[in-house]
Amino acid sequence: MRFGVVVFPGSNCDYDCFYALRDVLGQDVVFLWHKNTDLQGCDCIILPGGFSYGDYLRTGAIARFSPIMEAVRDFVLQGGLVLGICNGFQILLESGLLPGALLPNRNGRFICRYVYLRVENANTPFTCLCTPGEILRIPIAHYQGNFFLPQDELGILTERGQVVFRYCGPQGEVSEAYNPNGSVGNVAGIASSDFRVMGMMPHPERACEEILGSVDGRKIFLSIVAWLEEKRYAGCGS
Amino acid sequence: MQVVDPERVARELGLRKGEYERILSVLGRAPTLTEVAMFSVEWSEHCGYLHSKQWLEFLPREGRFEVLVGEDAGGIVYDGLAIVFKMESHNHPSQIEPKQGAATGIGGIIRDILGSGARPIACLDSLHFGPLDDPRSCYVAKGVVEGIAWYGNCVGVPTVAGEVWFYPAFRGNCLVNVMCIGIAPRGRLARAVAKGVGNAIMYVGNKTGRDGIGGCSILASQEFGENEEKRPSVQIGDPFAEKCLIEATLEALATGYIVGIKDMGAAGLTCSSSEMAAAGESGIDINLDHVPVREEGMEAWEIMMSESQERMLLCVLKEHEEEVRNIFKKWGLEAEVIGRVTDTGRVTIRYRGEVVADIPAKELVRPPVYVPPRERPTYLDRINDLSLDNVPLPEDLESAFRQLLSSPNLASKRWIFEQYDHMVQTNTVILPGKGTVVLRVKGKHWGIAVTTDCNPFYCFLDPYRGAQIAVAEAARNLASCGAQPAGVTDCLNFGNPEKPDRYWQFTEAVLGLSDACRFFGIPVVSGNVSFYNESPFGAVYPTPTIGMVGIVEEIDKVVGGHFVKEGSIIVLFGETKEEIGGSEYLRVVHGIEAGPPPSLDLSFEKRLQEFLISCVRDRLFLSACDVSEGGIAITLAEAALSGDKIFGVDVDFASCGDLREDVLLFGESCGRVLVSLEEEKLQVLMDRAKHWGIPCVVLGKVQGEHIVLRKGKKTLVRLPVSQAFEIWEGAIARYV
Repeated sequence: MRFGVVVFPGSNCDYDCFYALRDVLGQDVVFLWHKNTDLQGCDCIILPGGFSYGDYLRTGAIARFSPIMEAVRDFVLQGGLVLGICNGFQILLESGLLPGALLPNRNGRFICRYVYLRVENANTPFTCLCTPGEILRIPIAHYQGNFFLPQDELGILTERGQVVFRYCGPQGEVSEAYNPNGSVGNVAGIASSDFRVMGMMPHPERACEEILGSVDGRKIFLSIVAWLEEKRYAGCGS
Repeated sequence: MQVVDPERVARELGLRKGEYERILSVLGRAPTLTEVAMFSVEWSEHCGYLHSKQWLEFLPREGRFEVLVGEDAGGIVYDGLAIVFKMESHNHPSQIEPKQGAATGIGGIIRDILGSGARPIACLDSLHFGPLDDPRSCYVAKGVVEGIAWYGNCVGVPTVAGEVWFYPAFRGNCLVNVMCIGIAPRGRLARAVAKGVGNAIMYVGNKTGRDGIGGCSILASQEFGENEEKRPSVQIGDPFAEKCLIEATLEALATGYIVGIKDMGAAGLTCSSSEMAAAGESGIDINLDHVPVREEGMEAWEIMMSESQERMLLCVLKEHEEEVRNIFKKWGLEAEVIGRVTDTGRVTIRYRGEVVADIPAKELVRPPVYVPPRERPTYLDRINDLSLDNVPLPEDLESAFRQLLSSPNLASKRWIFEQYDHMVQTNTVILPGKGTVVLRVKGKHWGIAVTTDCNPFYCFLDPYRGAQIAVAEAARNLASCGAQPAGVTDCLNFGNPEKPDRYWQFTEAVLGLSDACRFFGIPVVSGNVSFYNESPFGAVYPTPTIGMVGIVEEIDKVVGGHFVKEGSIIVLFGETKEEIGGSEYLRVVHGIEAGPPPSLDLSFEKRLQEFLISCVRDRLFLSACDVSEGGIAITLAEAALSGDKIFGVDVDFASCGDLREDVLLFGESCGRVLVSLEEEKLQVLMDRAKHWGIPCVVLGKVQGEHIVLRKGKKTLVRLPVSQAFEIWEGAIARYV
């Protein structure tokens, strides 16, 4: 099983993801340069955080034209797993792989802090080791993380279980008081309708080691590992 | 060569009469326009250290660890790893255009570290503004924070620590001191040299434009006049290019084909080419026709003086130009061979088929040295005359406490540091706002603690002692978390050195800094001097900012500054004296700005540092933080309010000596540290403190829902923690 971390010019959490996967979690992981189209046999692609192309245009708007995104689209069509974190989430939206938009934070400022997330759907490849309603403590660091989707579309998304994480309080309370950036319905992460693609604003790679203050981010990466192993096992059996 | 009226141009560019005559004798002829421009920037105060160089030689360069002093940044070596750091000012540009000024300050200091071959791992900022209720100052403060966030976040270097001060003295001239830290294997460090005849001089990074022309010579080396119409001299930042430049440069350095490298920062191509040639005892022959330019029709002097950002100059082994070029091209950056190393010892600049400059490199980098008269300012006697009898004891100390909690100088800086990505690179172990910031080093069991310090008002009252206090406090900060102070970088911000009283402040501060660092055995590895920080409002407070780096031997033992456990015991080390001069309490509550600043006992401080480090090593503390501005009362509040969970405290000052109550609560005596610990460790701690000769009193406990400060039976303050939190946490946000 292999992870691939895409490196766009301006990505700055690429190495953090790589380190969390390889050094902390002992996984096989490679960097994928944005100009290449060979995914090197990866089972899960991570679009890391950062400021691809400086985010001088709309965030993620240029990165989606990178050659590798063609390959990522094909990979998704074949049922591959893709996790977009922060800027990676923004790129997934711009690429049309996930619905919605990420607007500038409600307070107009960059926000870097720990937040609590409530797991809304524990039945995805990215959360299968979590329990429904579990609370994770993971940092955010973004300027444009204010998720928006018209109410009716959000309703459908929610109904289908595509809302994976919501910002919440330490006891799991989902309310305006615990909405850091103005996201509609406190949405912090969503998945595609087949649950193979997930985008999230918080940074799980920053919460993988005790010394950094939280290990809750591991659950997301390890869920992917467990899900892929399960799938491989099922594949062998059939 | 082109003929102009070079003497007039020289004057306009800030060169003095004697300097022009020296240029004539160096060249043996009249200089060209380009040459005048090159001399003007290279001999500017900003680049040439004309008024400071001889004083900086007093600073100690040796310490406990191996010291590296490079061309652009210095550092120390620990466990085979070079830790490189430097602080630099970007005051004038930030006053004029706060966002871009601060942003390009970050860019510049990151490139200084990059130029040493190290990967930048953290930035710190020491910021000084006018009061937030002054609209212009508030605008500057917001813009500076926005600029640091915009640039720093994008380049992926965490902004982890710093300090922010608000005083009227910075109304017309803010201070933006930025520091960067990088790490590299000892053997991988790079130098700013050009050598090896025939090797390529390669320009990499962004294109050259007309921005920032005269930034260092005109902007940073003169006072602000009545108007601030110097905007064209401010550079414009491109953090995306910088991020790519970081990655490409580190990749290029790893090839082994890079002989030398230097940032094109202040004085741009002039400074980088001449200093690399001089350092390599070589000459350089450059053809400006090959310099990538952003616009048509640029003159040679404009190209040589431009301070366009995100550019580096490399000396590349001949025949390996293509490999290096390809790396930069891959990252979407310019990379052109613009010249070659020669053996002439001269910087030769060609443009459009003509030689436009031809100067001996060593002469260009040997600016004149000035030691103007200095004189103790007369205000000092007047202002250092405080008598406690003239300070009424407030009837309501709780209201004084509230007032101090809401002073932007003492209040929570969360509004600022949350705008900075302080976690990227996943090394920040102790986060900003929670004590001394500590970074882990991946793959090592040790870590790096970082801090900046300087109380400018103390320095105004007594520059010598103020500078010493800054060093002592920085070292105390580091020792509190368990770190051994290892090295200092300084950023010396003063007024016009040609005015005797300003110059006296500068020399006193340098001597204070030097004496304190020497006493503690902490080397000054790098630094920067910023003069002419004056506006029509007057000179800034003399501000010798200290950036200090320490080594935490065992990263898993570090402690934060905030309380972590209900019921833990609160202990104060050090002696509280009858000292209130220069305090924030005096200024905020009584409106009195008077000294003297607190006394300082260097040998006690040194003992205290070692004692603290030993205690952290033996895991005696749950938390530790140094007592400084705002006194014990504010330190207690910070420790109670800055953790993930808020705590109440109940403390009694009865055993702190028979001092006036306001002095007990708000006095700023040096040499004190507040810790919390488990009750069962108290006896061990008391015994150890006694053995080390460290005064030690038990103040009380972490408990309840109130901040309760008592003296015997008398309750001085009793404030619900939730209220205290609201005041302290919201103070800055109320203004911005």
